[in-house]
Amino acid sequence: MKKPDKHTIACILFAAGATAVGLMLDDPYYLQVLIFIGINTLLALSLNLLMGYAGQISLGHAAFYGIGAYTTAVLSATYGISPWLALPAAIFMAMAVAYIVGKPTLRLSGYYLGMGTLGFGMIVSIVFREWHSVTGGASGFVGIPPLEIAGFALDTDRSYFFLVWAVVLFFFLISRRIIDSRVGRALRAIHDGEHAAAAMGVDTARMKLSIFVLSAAMASLAGFLYAHQIYFISPETFGFMASIRIVTMVVIGGMASIWGSLLGASLLTILPEWLHAFADYEMMVYGLVLMLVMIFLPQGLTRGIIDLYNSSRKKHDQ
Amino acid sequence: MESMLRIRNLKCFYGRIMAVKGISLSVKQGEIIALIGANGAGKSTLMEAVSGILRSWTGEIVFEGKSLKGMDPPAVVRSGISLVPEGRLIFPPLSVYDNLRLGAYTRLRQRAKEEVEQSMEMVTSLFPILEERFTQPAGTLSGGEQQMLAIGRSLMAKPRLLLLDEPSMGLAPLIVEKIMEVLETLRRQGLTIVLVEQNARAALEAADRGYVFETGTVVLEGKADDLLSDQNVKRAYLGKDYEEFDDEQR
Repeated sequence: MKKPDKHTIACILFAAGATAVGLMLDDPYYLQVLIFIGINTLLALSLNLLMGYAGQISLGHAAFYGIGAYTTAVLSATYGISPWLALPAAIFMAMAVAYIVGKPTLRLSGYYLGMGTLGFGMIVSIVFREWHSVTGGASGFVGIPPLEIAGFALDTDRSYFFLVWAVVLFFFLISRRIIDSRVGRALRAIHDGEHAAAAMGVDTARMKLSIFVLSAAMASLAGFLYAHQIYFISPETFGFMASIRIVTMVVIGGMASIWGSLLGASLLTILPEWLHAFADYEMMVYGLVLMLVMIFLPQGLTRGIIDLYNSSRKKHDQ
Repeated sequence: MESMLRIRNLKCFYGRIMAVKGISLSVKQGEIIALIGANGAGKSTLMEAVSGILRSWTGEIVFEGKSLKGMDPPAVVRSGISLVPEGRLIFPPLSVYDNLRLGAYTRLRQRAKEEVEQSMEMVTSLFPILEERFTQPAGTLSGGEQQMLAIGRSLMAKPRLLLLDEPSMGLAPLIVEKIMEVLETLRRQGLTIVLVEQNARAALEAADRGYVFETGTVVLEGKADDLLSDQNVKRAYLGKDYEEFDDEQR
């Protein structure tokens, strides 16, 4: 059953759109916002694989984001190692931590898994804050070098924009492949019923651990991109609130939806920027928008917009 | 004749509670066996132990000469035993097709694509309705169709021994009859079947032999026909009222 692959077409259109925007947009502010949207999309996508597809909630995902950022910061700034060598180290570090943490934690489910990962996230964030000699403590870590490709420094917003969105696009394609494969079916089966999945011969424990480790690797990559974009990192960026923000991106954008990760990340990145106009009321309006989205589009933005489109077309046809 | 599945002195534990208290039974190649008994008698627990989902058991479970001790569910499925779980446990948001493909999960890893296609054809010829519903989310099927899907899904693993946990649960009598017919068809194709049922009459009518469970032990075993006419079974499980029962006693 070979169908014309809608996702590939969407990805090509998306890549073309992103390239056009990247070439035409000159305002550094907008380019920066788009870079952050890209990084957040990668984060949201990593959690969406774990939460939306496999149904395993993680309230400590920012920890992996932070591990990626701090590993590359320490290696490239303190020890002067090339960031491109720091990258595999950062990813390996996150995967190793995910493996060690995931092995016992993923035996839990539902609220308990949430609590377990929450605790893990807090421990990591405390380590960032208190390990002064290495991480620079609460005042942050300064002096992370920019990335370079073949002697060409990626220190302009435009070049970084292309790097980030190329990575995002790559993971869109990878994620789709995973989800449509036998492994993806098994993940969704675990989401619906672990017992039933096990009865079908799915090695649920291994499968959950693998997706957790993959998810951590993606989050770590996002942290790497983040660190080399703003050259300065501090513990708050990777704390509890950050974890909650990633969860919110997934839920608002749409669980088990690749494009939902993009929508959720976009909304949660842009919204605070727009809401600066509300000054003191910023957080209230922010909360209100999220509540309204959940009340009127409980399946998330992606599903919600598709449903709205379908129902308006139906009305039009009548 | 050597038995296909032999269980000896099986004891199953949920923490410190012993749910199955020393059960022995045997299933021969090509048989349909019914396990009947009230709620909490240990029937489903036994199924979980055989399929590897429940690991805390002692005693002996031997399938085709190999002990199942310490095997996890994937290993049990690969060895040729497939469970149709209690309450069907299909995957509601996934399409009917994806549900069936999941049943062949352990085989697709072995790159047996063509064989899996054959199984898919076998299942759809057994339950043509499933093919009509291929792209529909499984949650939109009726109860009977969901049960057919659950059975079809388990058959996709190409088992030699099929375990069914209460396939008649919540289904209309006509559908129950249809499902029992399918089991008979499957047996003729060479499948061995163990059936757990509260609907004792339907199960015993389909089965060759039966075991009656009570609070974790087997209290009665024998040919299905004998059990159907056994006074105690009639009183306890076949829903005869006491007056009728008293009449027969006299």
